[in-house]
Amino acid sequence: METITVEEQPLSIIYQDAQDTFPNECCGFLYGNENEGRRITEAVPVINSKEGDQRRRFEISPFDYMKAEQYALANNLTLLGVYHSHPNHPAIASEHDLAKALPYFSYIIVSVMEGEIADIKSWRLQDDNTAFDEEKVNIHIKKV
Amino acid sequence: MAKIIIPTPLRKFTNNESTFETKGATINEAVAELVETHANLEKHLLDDDKNIRSFIRIYLGEEDVNLLEEKGDTKVVDSDVISIVPAIAGGC
Repeated sequence: METITVEEQPLSIIYQDAQDTFPNECCGFLYGNENEGRRITEAVPVINSKEGDQRRRFEISPFDYMKAEQYALANNLTLLGVYHSHPNHPAIASEHDLAKALPYFSYIIVSVMEGEIADIKSWRLQDDNTAFDEEKVNIHIKKV
Repeated sequence: MAKIIIPTPLRKFTNNESTFETKGATINEAVAELVETHANLEKHLLDDDKNIRSFIRIYLGEEDVNLLEEKGDTKVVDSDVISIVPAIAGGC
């Protein structure tokens, strides 16, 4: 199983966004590097642009994606994936997630049950695009 | 030369290059030069009729090319930045 390391600060941003947006789905971009394995150093929330019921769906506007790649280039980061929440559902990648998934990206999913963070998992599309592989989420807490 | 930003998920088809310098005089010429240089990219960007796939958007600067009057025939100048934008969506 591949591992994705998430630093403490982006993790807290993801959790806060997931709770603040409940009962709707939140979404955002994951930036970082792959110097020693995949590492998320920054998470940036973005508006869920899905029209209709946002409790079960999310969408990121093309304009926001365009800005996200420009931001990564300007800040010497790599856009490594997106996160979103599953309100009152498990952190398991769904058929809807699979239908729109892109190769290479990490898809971090946070399960929020009745407003509380319940679970976090990360998924990466298999090479043949037919299913996800789970990635082990390693949470990195800085020692002071 | 104008610059095309390659989205991260497609960089495995461009030898991990994040950008591509193009001499193309229009959007269509720029994209054609890109897929000519990186042939494996073609099926991910273009359909069988060589049109941009429906789930891919092309931006010229901050403008969606689909919304520009001349669309793919819009002229490109040296300082332009062209972005290839995949669709991002999902849900539980």
